[in-house]
Amino acid sequence: MKKVSLFIAALISIALLTVACQKSGENVIKVGVIAELTGSIPAVGASCKNAALLAVKEINDAGGIDLGGKKYKIELAVEDSAAKSDQAAAVAQKLITQNKVVAIVGPNSSGNAIPASEIAETMKVPLITPWSTEPKTTLDKNGKPKQYVFRACFTDIFEGQALGKFASETLKKQRAAVLHDVGSDVLKSQAELFRTSFEAAGGKIVAFETYTSGDKDFSAQLTKIHDANPDIIFLPSYYTDVPLQVQQAYRLGIKVPFLGSDAWSTPELIKMCGKDCEGFYFMNHYSPETRNPMTKKFADAYKAMHGSVPDDIAALTYDSFGLLVKALKSAGKAEPQAIRDALAAITEYKGVTGEMQFQPGSGDPRKGAVIMQIKDGKFVWFADTQP
Amino acid sequence: MTYLIQQILNALQLGSIYALIALGYTMVYGILRMINFAHGDFFMVGAFLCLISVTVLGLPFIPTLIIAMIGVAALGVATERIAYKPLRQAPRVSAIITALGVGIFLENFTLALSPYPKHVPPLIETVNWTLGGVTVSNLQVIIIVLSLALMAVLHYIVQHTRTGIAMRAISFDMGTAPLMGVPVNSIISVTFALGSCLGGAAGMLYAMAYPIIDPYMGIMIGWKAFISAVVGGIGNIRGAVLGGFILGGTEILVAAFLPSTYRDVVAFTILLVLLIFRPYGILGKPTAGKV
Repeated sequence: MKKVSLFIAALISIALLTVACQKSGENVIKVGVIAELTGSIPAVGASCKNAALLAVKEINDAGGIDLGGKKYKIELAVEDSAAKSDQAAAVAQKLITQNKVVAIVGPNSSGNAIPASEIAETMKVPLITPWSTEPKTTLDKNGKPKQYVFRACFTDIFEGQALGKFASETLKKQRAAVLHDVGSDVLKSQAELFRTSFEAAGGKIVAFETYTSGDKDFSAQLTKIHDANPDIIFLPSYYTDVPLQVQQAYRLGIKVPFLGSDAWSTPELIKMCGKDCEGFYFMNHYSPETRNPMTKKFADAYKAMHGSVPDDIAALTYDSFGLLVKALKSAGKAEPQAIRDALAAITEYKGVTGEMQFQPGSGDPRKGAVIMQIKDGKFVWFADTQP
Repeated sequence: MTYLIQQILNALQLGSIYALIALGYTMVYGILRMINFAHGDFFMVGAFLCLISVTVLGLPFIPTLIIAMIGVAALGVATERIAYKPLRQAPRVSAIITALGVGIFLENFTLALSPYPKHVPPLIETVNWTLGGVTVSNLQVIIIVLSLALMAVLHYIVQHTRTGIAMRAISFDMGTAPLMGVPVNSIISVTFALGSCLGGAAGMLYAMAYPIIDPYMGIMIGWKAFISAVVGGIGNIRGAVLGGFILGGTEILVAAFLPSTYRDVVAFTILLVLLIFRPYGILGKPTAGKV
């Protein structure tokens, strides 16, 4: 018994010592990052972490942030959410209570961002999610905006509406069919909002079909869609389902183009879909090819540091850090409450993913999106859309 | 009308894959009275062998099919020898738990080698034929014809060869069969080989029709095939085929004529009701419990 208590005492003193050591480094601002480094979407977490490393390196190389006449460097604490909601909440708690971070960037997937944002809200620490488009992320249980939660991306509401408008006004389509996964809140709301806005623009939804996550055979639904004779098919599916659906459609004799949502936006899609997805359009958060000099500078720096073209998650993470730095500068001190107030006071921000405008009292930016086309096995910029 | 014919073709394709896998469950149950829950994962291994054969070895259709079938048959025989045979006299629950364990082992072993979903490149150029408004692809024809041919071969082996007679003898009475000179162990191995080999073929055909594969793909399909085998009457070979087509048919036709959101709800309610009226499955016979 004595040995056990001695052991525990030793452990506690080691823990205290490490905490003390961490505190001893002065002129440092601690920022937490929660990324999906392992689990079902490791590519998302890797992009987020890489962009965070780049953003922090640029700030620190420039000498840090000037707060009240003193230069502060940013210190990152990166935690893995494993793409699991419970772990996302647990690491948010850990970052706030143990690492004493003043703000958190991440998680990215809505399923992780919602529980983590609940923790941030109750512990009164600002959290910026780069990629979570689900409207509920920044809203509390009563549907009111959360005070401490912000995001760098547009929401599903904008995306569904913009895609519906694009299909009817730009592509001049009149008869759309929809096939979507009812097992995913995000994809389901994209499908429903597309329906509303496509019909509002004067189009007709000729088929509205569903499937369940994990399905591989879509022949019954696609035959039904074929029978309804649409001129475009809206397919808000993840990149692992899209190639199966497109190929099965071809085998059933369907020849109309498909339109996708931001769930398509990973280069893996092209690897799996090959020539079958050629010519199709989908919505993305940004395009690395745009002529915006700030975006180009970011894309080049990212490529030099990590050897790959940054995807939308990387760009949005970089913008999340941009928002945070802007807030830190105007707050003048590295305290969660002051940063939160400064973030809420931001009305405009020019980032690598475009211009954002924040309404007072809401953590959701109003910003544009890009429509990408798959051309010669590459994602190519096609058009900008504004809200 | 063409719409109905098109949907029936879809149902035949899905049903023939369910039927091929269901045969593996039913054959093992028929002989050992044991449910081989690892069979869905044998099917998954078949799909991954197909991937290796196409991408690494660059082989065409027929050799790939043979590799998938032989590879999975070997896996089935080895699993039986290593994991199931020592437990043949143990309580049946232990054998079932072992089978589940083998399944989890296979999933995680594959996961360790290939953590991301993989794309299987097409082995044959897709050709579409349109006959009076109905579109048929060559792949659909290959899957349906090949599955039916494999089932016919299995039927011949079980009904018309000495090995088949021995299988049926063991299934009838495992205690007496060895007294009549039936080599029980090797016949059980042959049964596992045949059942797994059909699972491997199903995995290969599945990877051709639905070319994105992952280590967990066998779980849901395995359950559906198992349900097919039970609905048809587990232990009965014709029952497994019938069950596979019934399940594939209900799934497709429910989605075709009702809102697709209710597909699984309606399809499985139909199957449950079917089991209430035929508790031993459509072609199954009640087995008298030995006292």
